[in-house]
Amino acid sequence: MLYDDLTVSENLDFWSKAAGVEPGQQRAAAERMQINERLYDVPVRSLSAGQRRRTSIAVAAARRPELWLLDEPHAGLDQDGRQVIDDLISDAAEAGGAVLVASHELDRAQTVVHRTLEISGGMASEIVNPDA
Amino acid sequence: MLSEIALVAGKDLRVELRSRVALNQVAPFALMVLILFGFALDADRATLGAFTPGLYWVTILLSSVLAVHRSVAIEAGDGAREGLLLTGLRPASIFLGKALALIAQLLAVAVVLLGGVAIFYDARIDDGVLLVTALVGAVIGVGAAGTLYGALLGGQRARETVLPILLLPVLSPVLIAATRAFGDAMGTVAVNGWSWTSGLYGFAAIYVALGVATHGALMEEN
Repeated sequence: MLYDDLTVSENLDFWSKAAGVEPGQQRAAAERMQINERLYDVPVRSLSAGQRRRTSIAVAAARRPELWLLDEPHAGLDQDGRQVIDDLISDAAEAGGAVLVASHELDRAQTVVHRTLEISGGMASEIVNPDA
Repeated sequence: MLSEIALVAGKDLRVELRSRVALNQVAPFALMVLILFGFALDADRATLGAFTPGLYWVTILLSSVLAVHRSVAIEAGDGAREGLLLTGLRPASIFLGKALALIAQLLAVAVVLLGGVAIFYDARIDDGVLLVTALVGAVIGVGAAGTLYGALLGGQRARETVLPILLLPVLSPVLIAATRAFGDAMGTVAVNGWSWTSGLYGFAAIYVALGVATHGALMEEN
């Protein structure tokens, strides 16, 4: 959901204004995703995959949605980035939001989710997370 | 609503400022077409002068296909189109913002092309007011129709090839009316250019209204 020719800052600005988000929330989301300020003026097409993903999630997080649909949110992120995503998911759920995560990394996902639905060979089996 | 329109138009124009597609690709393409017309007509000044309005508008319409394609491509990557729908922006604002940005780019190309026909075809202008009025009306129509058909084909894989097949016939009334109006403004034909110009604004009004009314449905369906 990013425009490659615009900078990180311009993308954050556009999507926040489009969604009616206050500038403070936008900046807080960027800081939350640990987007370095030196990246603000860098065009999105020049970002690494991980930086791009952090920016995408910051754009979404700034809107404080009630429903999150995250497809492989940890992909392309380093260890710190993965932890940031986990914290974000936990905080969103604690704030009353519903978060649906699709992931191949079950061990990782199970540390933050309340329910898992494992799909294998086209068959689904629901497992209640014992830690929930 | 005006702030939403300005937001979308500003975003598209900022993308253009960064990528310079209109400046570095569409305008040179348009000038190249003008030169090729000159070769095809054997650089005969009298013939070129007589046909300048038609050649000018054929070139504008061909260039507009590239510009419309670029306008659609901006939203095609990385789920931006779906993202726009989820923002809560009014579809009419998205349509008007994108159309406004496209019109601004087409106007810039049109001005460059006026310089082109002045240099290559030795074109002269008898009625500048008529020429500018017709130019603006025609470009608004092309921009509105282009944005509408761009939204219609936005999600299609073959939009690069289907877009000109659908869009160019739709724009034929603009070609006819703008050529007549320019013919009068350049003194190459004895017609009432103002009546043709009013037709251009009628065409533009129809496509702006159609776009405002249908853009949301088109974005969701495609």
